[in-house]
Amino acid sequence: MTKVSMTVNGRSMSGEIEGRTLLVDFLRQGLGLTGTHVGCDTSQCGACVVHVDGKAVKACTVFAADVAGGEVTTIEGMGNPDGTLGAIQQAFQDHHGLQCGFCTPGMVMSAAALLAENPKPSEAEIRHYLEGNICRCTGYHNIVKAIMAASGQDVSAVAAE
Amino acid sequence: MPKDHGIGASSKRREDVRFLSGRGRYTDDMNLAGQAHAVFLRAQVAHGRINKIDTTDAAAMPGVIRVFTAEDFAGVGGLPCGWQVTDRHGNAMLEPKHPILAEGKIRYVGEALAMVVAETEAEARDAAEAIVMDVDDLPAVVDMKAAAAGGTLVHDDIGSNLCYDWGFVEENKAAVDEAFAKADHVTTLELVNNRLAPNPMEPRVAIGDYDFSTDQHTLFTTSQNPHVIRLLMGAFVLGIPEHKLRVVAPDVGGGFGSKIFHYAEEAAVTFAAKELRRPVKWTSTRSEAFITDAHGRDHVTKIELALDKEGHFQAIRTETFANMGAYLSTFAPSVPTWLHGTLMAGNYKTPLIYVNVKAVFTNTVPVDAYRGAGRPEATFQLERVIDKAAREMGIDPVDLRRRNFVQPGEFPYQTPVAVVYDTGNYQATMDKLLEIADAAGFEARRAESAKAGKLRGLGLNCYIEACGIAPSNLVGQLGARAGLYESATVRVNATGGIVVMTGSHSHGQGHETTFAQVIADMIGIDEGQVDIVHGDTANTPMGMGTYGSRSLAVGGSAMVRAANKVINKAKKIAAHLLEASEADIELKDGAFSVAGTDKSVDWGSVCLAAYVPHNYPLEDLEPGLEETAFYDPSNFTYPAGAYACEVEVDPETGKVTICSFAAADDFGNVVNPMIVEGQVHGGLAQGIGQALLEGVSYDENGQLLSGSYMDYAMPRADDVPSYVVDHSCQTPCTHNPLGVKGCGEAGAIGSPPAVVNAVIDALHRGGITHVTHIDMPLTPGRVWSAIQG
Repeated sequence: MTKVSMTVNGRSMSGEIEGRTLLVDFLRQGLGLTGTHVGCDTSQCGACVVHVDGKAVKACTVFAADVAGGEVTTIEGMGNPDGTLGAIQQAFQDHHGLQCGFCTPGMVMSAAALLAENPKPSEAEIRHYLEGNICRCTGYHNIVKAIMAASGQDVSAVAAE
Repeated sequence: MPKDHGIGASSKRREDVRFLSGRGRYTDDMNLAGQAHAVFLRAQVAHGRINKIDTTDAAAMPGVIRVFTAEDFAGVGGLPCGWQVTDRHGNAMLEPKHPILAEGKIRYVGEALAMVVAETEAEARDAAEAIVMDVDDLPAVVDMKAAAAGGTLVHDDIGSNLCYDWGFVEENKAAVDEAFAKADHVTTLELVNNRLAPNPMEPRVAIGDYDFSTDQHTLFTTSQNPHVIRLLMGAFVLGIPEHKLRVVAPDVGGGFGSKIFHYAEEAAVTFAAKELRRPVKWTSTRSEAFITDAHGRDHVTKIELALDKEGHFQAIRTETFANMGAYLSTFAPSVPTWLHGTLMAGNYKTPLIYVNVKAVFTNTVPVDAYRGAGRPEATFQLERVIDKAAREMGIDPVDLRRRNFVQPGEFPYQTPVAVVYDTGNYQATMDKLLEIADAAGFEARRAESAKAGKLRGLGLNCYIEACGIAPSNLVGQLGARAGLYESATVRVNATGGIVVMTGSHSHGQGHETTFAQVIADMIGIDEGQVDIVHGDTANTPMGMGTYGSRSLAVGGSAMVRAANKVINKAKKIAAHLLEASEADIELKDGAFSVAGTDKSVDWGSVCLAAYVPHNYPLEDLEPGLEETAFYDPSNFTYPAGAYACEVEVDPETGKVTICSFAAADDFGNVVNPMIVEGQVHGGLAQGIGQALLEGVSYDENGQLLSGSYMDYAMPRADDVPSYVVDHSCQTPCTHNPLGVKGCGEAGAIGSPPAVVNAVIDALHRGGITHVTHIDMPLTPGRVWSAIQG
């Protein structure tokens, strides 16, 4: 076992890990941050997406040791300081972009990464970007709508209900 | 003006705050002090005789507490089947034992052979690999027709691979055959309804705990129905009385049916927790989910439709082979029989119908209900053969359907397959569909696609489904071993807030929001004053859980009944406070008033009086304001609608792209339109997934080839379009207090035929008329091959 330290959601955190400890397991078990989820074992589903040093990363496919000294943001860090939902989170609630909630943390983190690099994505760009995030509940329609809304674009561009 | 609160409002979901903040409490998020970890050794061959399982090395490995095999479960019952089907000769189905851990034989890849419990999951996994198996391989039974005909037996002790040969309605078979012999036209279609893996995004988890000081067992599990698990596991498997067994299904990340069933892992960890006097936690991996979670569908069907010269349906005759997998899962026998045969009338007035189903054991993962459960299978075969008949007879596929509809004035309608449709208007949903799908503009779009070298097709279909399950006495006669009522306790607090404890469970459906909307609407208070509690058998009345699109229709009805008991009692209290007669008391907007006067008392004051009964009719009325109700529906509900899909087919590659999908549904009354639309969206994606992408694939040795998300094509955001959905056609259910029909499964039921009809349409419009059917999933390879002929 070795000790690893990193900044998580703005706070300095550390814990004991093995060389093989995945970042997602360090977050969930080591730090008790269970908002990041494990949905598969082949890096496909995206429920584990977090940000490491500003980039979206699948936490199931990264060793905790490789993130030593880095800056990690998880879903728990996406709210406003006063505890209210952040803009992307609020857009997901406004547009019913989640049902069971299990894929949602990864969706929000991916959405945030997308909007950081492409502030006004088209519907097609959003759908393409989300290839690495699987949702079984929503059929993606309202997730796309939520991300369009969070980007400040007119959501009637997403087919009318 | 859309409503902004109460019934009919698109109230934002209160569940979202915790899910979006990463504060959901899913079962894997929970860790109990001192817990040990379980890992299951799973069969890697599909069929074999177990000579020996040597756990000596495994038991000695670091961190290992104990290794369990079938011997340890000798005193424990097998997993029960909740539905007994009677075959066409009046005999009960064959029902082999379903052990917790494999006994004597391996019967499918993934079957649990042993359970290792260790201090850490990694240590348990390492030890599982050290278990030595001595197995004599047996030929794998994979093909259903071959299995039914004889040969190697999956279960030697029952003497056959045919679980049952079911006929419905058997007494009508001769008349059906006669109608076919005389028919002007017969259309035949052979098809496969492809095996699917439900794959909710949360893998299954089970944590067993035992407190020896109170003799109390607790199971935390990813279930859609904790009370059902408590009943099945307590009464039939582990012999624990219900008051000593608490089952908790906290936040659950989707189910779609796969989390209804009582699985071996639940019983195994509960048993182990008592044996070891420590909590025992098991978390499934996704790879494990593919070989242990019940699969869905897997029917091979031949359907024949007899028509007269004008295209009126005279008779339907079907023969289906339905895969049960290696063992009977909890509701498996009911899915291809009562949930499928009874829907073969569809939206139409076909007078004579005969359905034959042969359920077969094979060396594959057990198959059971998956979103739609039997109704997608019925709808697909019916709507595809209707389309085929339309082409053969040169009749427009919409007109052919319209002329055979149960017409708007013909309800209630008794079908020849037992069910009675209470109400519906299939002309209206078809009219609405053609409008929202802009069917009139299709030809122009087709011409545009053709310029780009693509074949464009428009596929339409109708559907009806039977849900809101179910009337207990009816399903009891059909073989159900449980009731299908629902329950609610409405507890009013002294200061006016309300807690509803419901037997329904929410794993994505938003009941915490919608149920509160109903109560708020009934009393006229703010939704925020009502909390909904579900998922824990310790604090909710006995209910059958959430599946079969039943929560609002049955659970909501129980809640309405309990709320009406509360309101009736509150009116008596108000009458006392207002010194008026109870008959004159009206409740509106959260206040009780005396009709025709301005005397009133608010809800809060009445609640306080109930719990501080100083000015109170104690001689006639107990204090308190809390009521419980159970609701057993008198019929199924029958949502129905019409769907349209437009596709582009690339004739060079066979690739199918969905350009648009429109759904016109009749769900009766709707509580939260936004949530209803979301349910349809999700169902459509699953149906499109079935039609184009998904398929559990086994080789001839029973090895699962599609065992991960790399190999099993889940629909992703760029596989589906934005949908056009409408539920403005509303014929309220006539037999439940809310007039709701339920909406959870319709999208998955009605969509596969639209997609396939669209592809066939595209090919025919492109002159490729030799293709009359392609089996799902319509992968580019399959479409391309079909084009080549």
